[in-house]
Amino acid sequence: MKDVQDAQERQLDDAAQGPTPPLRAERPGLTNAALGAAGLAGFLALCEAVSRVGIVSDDYFPPVSRIADALVTELGDQAFWTALGDTLTGWALGLAIAVTAGILVGVVIAVVPYLREVTASTIEFLRPIPSVALIPLAVLLYGTELRSVLLLVVYASFWQVLIQTLYGVQDVDPVAEETARSYGLGTWARIRHVLWPSALPYVMTGVRLAAAVALILAITAELVIGAPGLGQRIAVAQTSQAVPEMYALVVVTGVLGLLINVGARTVERRALAWHQSVRGEVAV
Amino acid sequence: MLEEKREKGQSMLDVRGLKKVYEGSGRRVEAVRDLTFTVDAGELVCLVGPSGCGKTTLLKCVAGLLTPTSGEILLEERRVSGPPPGMAVVFQEYGRSLFPWMRVGQNVELPLRQKQLSKARRRELVADALESVGLADAAGAYPWQLSGGMQQRVAIARALAYEPDVLLMDEPFAAVDAQTRADLEDLVRGLWRQRGITILFVTHDIDEAVYLGERVLILSASPTVVQEQLKVDLPAERDQLHTRVAPRFAELRTHVYEQIQAAKRGGPGLKADAPPPR
Repeated sequence: MKDVQDAQERQLDDAAQGPTPPLRAERPGLTNAALGAAGLAGFLALCEAVSRVGIVSDDYFPPVSRIADALVTELGDQAFWTALGDTLTGWALGLAIAVTAGILVGVVIAVVPYLREVTASTIEFLRPIPSVALIPLAVLLYGTELRSVLLLVVYASFWQVLIQTLYGVQDVDPVAEETARSYGLGTWARIRHVLWPSALPYVMTGVRLAAAVALILAITAELVIGAPGLGQRIAVAQTSQAVPEMYALVVVTGVLGLLINVGARTVERRALAWHQSVRGEVAV
Repeated sequence: MLEEKREKGQSMLDVRGLKKVYEGSGRRVEAVRDLTFTVDAGELVCLVGPSGCGKTTLLKCVAGLLTPTSGEILLEERRVSGPPPGMAVVFQEYGRSLFPWMRVGQNVELPLRQKQLSKARRRELVADALESVGLADAAGAYPWQLSGGMQQRVAIARALAYEPDVLLMDEPFAAVDAQTRADLEDLVRGLWRQRGITILFVTHDIDEAVYLGERVLILSASPTVVQEQLKVDLPAERDQLHTRVAPRFAELRTHVYEQIQAAKRGGPGLKADAPPPR
């Protein structure tokens, strides 16, 4: 029995210090990064060559080096940064509104009896409407203002968050729920301490998807409606035959999307450090 | 808890004519037919019965988590109509009953936040409860960093910190290995003797019921009634080594075993409804 206790204490010490990182963790990471960089360099070199050799006309597809030049020029232009700021404002505001609304509506639908059944058909009808189909409405209502962008961004990302929240609140473990009830936790305490953390993994997925969709819709709105931002700048570059500048701006939007995804994943990992998907296997 | 604590020997928990019928999709299942028994203040009572006899249903009704079809449950003479404040439940599925997003200390503290207690008092209760289950150092760990046996200790600590009058345990050790199980049994008996809580302990393990209980309630097969109430006349001081090989322990466990076999066959049980003579 003493041995069992000793073993348990040892486990406890280990546990208190958290899982030990695997020893080989650094090397595969380095190798992967190197391979990734090599792949990207190869791709860029290929693009450069295709254009230089003349397989495609450099009127439509200028060599990478010229796009890079244009990008450097853009980065030195005050107007570019203003456009970037406009795009990010539309994205962030729209996402914030969509996330807040999606979570609130999702939790209310979950908590109020029969509300799920009542709303399900309406949600299934509204959700598949492509946000871009609302562009004429947005123009009609708000013209080329930021509010046009917001309407489209919010509509597209709201459903992502709402649907995931609805899945999440269904995933509350009945044993956890009974435990909370048996200890006399009230409705609000159960929402806060049981329902919300149980739903959080789903909500986080919803937020990550919504963040990507919000960027797509922000750029689309600017491109089509002409609201100020990177999208509008791409449209202007295209109509004025500034092809390398157009590509440079497209590259910027791609990098933006990448950063948003990486950022969302980091937030997710932080918030869900306790969750099975993040914590991995713990040696007990 | 304005009332003063009940004296030993007074009835703490009163189950009268409890009946629970599940109805759904054209099927009607009578899980519990007619259960009547009492648990005295400060008593440790074990409930055993063949599997599927509605032990968990009974416990959930007592805990106020399920509404009985008929009959009533009284805790200190007050009718239970929802989870009563003086009751704590330890579930079998400790991994799901503990919240993985909270550290051990927070898990133990959460139920206390519903009570009107000062922060200092809460901290004191948490530290004391963890100490008494031998996990004083684990407050900062997450439950999933602990072994199964330790997780169930945390769940027990959470119940202790709540300072319940009645502690309900639903097959709490069914999912841990045999050695850990023996340790946890001794822990529960030790805590019961120290703290004088009333414990209703549900198990399917006959040895466990006889080893732990002051009294064993044997349930019949579904639809469930109390088949027999057996007083366990083993000494209060029990240990795994000696108690389990004592001749009296063997007699009692054999008796319970026979009763449960009889219950499974659906028979009325042994003719002698009293425990075998000493």
